[in-house]
Amino acid sequence: MDKRLERILPRVQKPARYTGGEYNQIIKDKSKVDLRLAFCFPDTYEIGMSNLGMSILYHTMNSLDFVWCERAFAPWGDMYEEMKKAGIPLYALESGDSLKDFDVLAFSIGYEMAYTTVLDMLDMAGVPLRREDRKELLPLVFAGGSAAVNAEPIADFMDLFVIGEGEEMNNELLTLFRQAKLEGWSKEDFLVKAAGIEGVYVPSLYDIDYKTDGTLESIRPRAGAPEKVTKRIVVDLDNAPFPTNPIVPSTEVVHDRVNLELFRGCVRGCRFCQAGHIYRPIRAKKPETLIKQGIETLKNTGHQDVTLLSLSTSDYRPLEQLCDGLLEYCESRSIGLSLPSLRADNFSMELMEKLQKVRKSGLTFAVEGGSQRLRDAINKNVTQEDLLNTCAIAFAGGWNSVKLYYMLGLPTETDEDIVGIAEMANQVLHCWRENARNKNRGVKITISTSCFIPKPHSPFQWEEQISKEEYLRRVNLLRSSITARNVTYNWHDAETSVIEAALSRGDRRMSSVIEEVWRQGGRLEAWSDYFSYERWEGAFSKCGLDMGFYASRERSVDELLPWDMIDVGVRKAHLIHEREQCYASKLSPDCRKQCSACGAARLMRGGKCDG
Amino acid sequence: MDKLRLRFKKTGRAVYISHLDLMQTMQRAFSRAGYELKYSEGFNPHPQISIALPLSVGTASLCEIMDFKLKEEADISAIPARLTAALPEGIEVADCYEPRRKAAELKYLRVAGVFEYDERDGEQMAAALRDFYSAGEIVIAKKTKRGMGETDIKPAIREISFEAKEKSAELEAVISAQEPTLNPELLAQALRQLAPDLAPDFAKFTRLEIYDKNMELFR
Repeated sequence: MDKRLERILPRVQKPARYTGGEYNQIIKDKSKVDLRLAFCFPDTYEIGMSNLGMSILYHTMNSLDFVWCERAFAPWGDMYEEMKKAGIPLYALESGDSLKDFDVLAFSIGYEMAYTTVLDMLDMAGVPLRREDRKELLPLVFAGGSAAVNAEPIADFMDLFVIGEGEEMNNELLTLFRQAKLEGWSKEDFLVKAAGIEGVYVPSLYDIDYKTDGTLESIRPRAGAPEKVTKRIVVDLDNAPFPTNPIVPSTEVVHDRVNLELFRGCVRGCRFCQAGHIYRPIRAKKPETLIKQGIETLKNTGHQDVTLLSLSTSDYRPLEQLCDGLLEYCESRSIGLSLPSLRADNFSMELMEKLQKVRKSGLTFAVEGGSQRLRDAINKNVTQEDLLNTCAIAFAGGWNSVKLYYMLGLPTETDEDIVGIAEMANQVLHCWRENARNKNRGVKITISTSCFIPKPHSPFQWEEQISKEEYLRRVNLLRSSITARNVTYNWHDAETSVIEAALSRGDRRMSSVIEEVWRQGGRLEAWSDYFSYERWEGAFSKCGLDMGFYASRERSVDELLPWDMIDVGVRKAHLIHEREQCYASKLSPDCRKQCSACGAARLMRGGKCDG
Repeated sequence: MDKLRLRFKKTGRAVYISHLDLMQTMQRAFSRAGYELKYSEGFNPHPQISIALPLSVGTASLCEIMDFKLKEEADISAIPARLTAALPEGIEVADCYEPRRKAAELKYLRVAGVFEYDERDGEQMAAALRDFYSAGEIVIAKKTKRGMGETDIKPAIREISFEAKEKSAELEAVISAQEPTLNPELLAQALRQLAPDLAPDFAKFTRLEIYDKNMELFR
C-alpha cells in the first residue's frame, strides 16, 4: 500500500471504504490485459456499492479477458482533503493504481446532482475535464446510467455516452476500443466507428445551433452518426448476465443485501415519472431464474437479507410463487426477505404477514397527489378507497405507522388539492381509530412533500416547475391545514429541486455552469452537507445563463428539445397524448389492461413486451 | 456444538476493517463457508460470536482470538482452510480448537511497532526512546468516560525495547492487554504529550502474541 495512504487512512472516517480487498473483488494480472478500466461512481462507496447496475456491469466488463475493470468512488470530504494535501491522485480500489494510467474511465451517472462529482473525479484522476482537451486516443472517458437520457449538460466532458442497458453494449464498445488501441487509431476515427454501435451517442459528432431566444434551432449529426440514437436494451433478462458472486463490502453500505431485479420497465405510466418511461419495454425474469440466482447469491455472499427490486413489485405477475420459493430457503436460515415498492391498490396483507413476522414498523405509500382529480391527471392510479382499505387491514394487523408521500407543484395542482392532503391524513387517522387492535400504542402518520421536477422523456417534460417561493407558499398552506396531533409533516426544501430541474433539462451550454460550480468547490452535492444553492446561483449569473429558462419555463410541444437526438423507445406522440390526458384529468389504462402502443415494444427485436 | 475458538491474523488491507464490521464479515464468512452459527435465544437473536480484544482500526494482528458456537457438529480441523477461503483479503485463520480457558484469563500482549521519523536519525531516536521509557512513571492525560483523566501507563508496560533503523525506530513490547488495557497507540501518544521532540511522524503497530498472567502462551 502507498506509504502516504497508510498515514492518512487511520485519520479518516470509515477507512475500509478506501482500501478495496473485499471478498469477491476481481483481481487480474495487469500485464496480461489490454485495457485497464476504472468504473467510476460519482458518489460515495456506500452508495455505489449498493447499486445493482454497478455490480452487474463490473462483472460483465470483467468477463472480457482483455479488460480489467476496477472500481473508483468519490471520497468523503475528510479523505478528499487528505488526498489533496498529500498529493494522492484518485486510485482504483482493486490495484490501488492511480487512475491517470488507466485506458478507460467509465462513469455510471444516475442523478443530475452527481455532475460536479464527475468533474471532481476526473480532476482527482489528473484527466483533463473537457473532451476537446483530450485529443489522444487514451484515455477514453464515457458515461452511462439513467442521467444519460439527457446527456447534454455534461456532453462537453464525455467522449461518448452509452444510452440504455450496458450488459451487451459496453462489451461491444470495449472490444472496438481495444482494436483502436492495439492498432493505434486516432480518437476521431475511433469515435466515428463507435457511433455505429447501437446505443452509443458521440456528442462531438452532433453540432447544435441555437435560436436567438435561447432554444434549439437544430441538431446536426455528422460523419455518419445516426440522427437518433436508440436506447439499447437486453431483450431476454433470463439469459442476461447476472453476477451471483457480487463483491461483499467489508464495511456497512446503504443496501447491504442481495438484490434481485424482478423486471425492467413499468406498466403504470405515471406521467411525472421518468423511470416509468425510460426503462420500458417491460421485461420480466422468470421466478425460477430469480429463485436460483437469489439462492446462489445468498450462498456466495453470506448476506442475511434479500430484496426484490423493480419499479412496482406488485405488478410482477408470479410474485407469490417467487416469494414462496425464496421463503422456503430463507425462513429456516433466518434470512429476511423484503419487498419495497408495493402498491396500495393490490397490496396483499397476507404476503406482508408472511414476510415481516417480527417487525411491524411502518408502511409507506407514494400517493403523490392530494385529490382524486389530481391523481387522475398525473395517472397515479391509487384511490383513497384503496389506500384506506389497505390501512384498515394494516392497522387491524398491528401496524401503527403510516408515511404518505406527495409532490407539490404537479401540473394542474390547485390549493384545493393541497388541502386534500391534510384531509386524507385525517381519513387515515379516522381509519386507525376504527380499526386499530391496540389504541394504547398510538399512531404516527407522516406526510412528506417534495417539489415536482419535470424530467426529460416523461409526459411532463414540457411542464413548468413552480418557483421555490411558490413551493413554500404551498407548504405553508398544507401546514396550516393539518390540525391533527398525530400527523407530522416533513417537507423537502425546494432549492435542490430547482437545480435538479435546471440540470435535468439543460443543454450543452450548461457545462460551463457545472464547471464553474465545481471550480468553486462543488462536489458530492447530492448530500445536503455539501450542496449550496448560492454557488449554483452565482455560477449561472457568471456564465450568463438564466436558471429560470431551464428550470421553470414551460416548453411548447414543437420546441426542439436538447435531448431529442436520444430515442428511449417511447414515442414523443405518446408523451404529448399523455400530457393532453393530464389536462383533461383523464386516466390512461395501465399496460396490462390495454397496450397504449407507446413505442417501446419496437426495441424488443421480435420479442414481446410483458406489459 | 460446544464453544470453539479461532486464532486468526488480520493484516494488509484488512487492518482498516473496524471491530463491528469484522463481526459482520466473520458472520458472513461462516455462512459462505457453509457453517451455520448458533444464534442466541430471545427477542432479537444474534449469532454467538465474540472477539476477545477489539483491535483499533489501522493496527495489524497475528494473534486475534474469536469464540463462537456452531449449530451443528463439524470437523474442526477443516474449519481454518474453509473459513480462510471465504474471508476477504488479509484475514487468515491459523487454527480452530475447543478452548480450555476463558478469554478473561488473557493478560499480556506482545506488540511490534514502527515509529517513523521522516527527518530524524533512527539511532538517536532509539536511544532517546529507551531513555524516555525507562522513567519510573509515565503519566499521560487520557479521555475517560468521565472527561479527561490522568493515568500512569508505565505499570502496564512489562517490557519494551527499541531497535534503530535508518529513519525509524522499531519497538517490541509486552504490555497489559486486560486489567488494565493498554492500547499500544498510547505508546506514541505519550511521546506527543510528554516529549514532542520524540513524537514520530507516523506510528503503526502489530499484535504478535498473547499470554496469560504467567507469560505462558494463551490459547
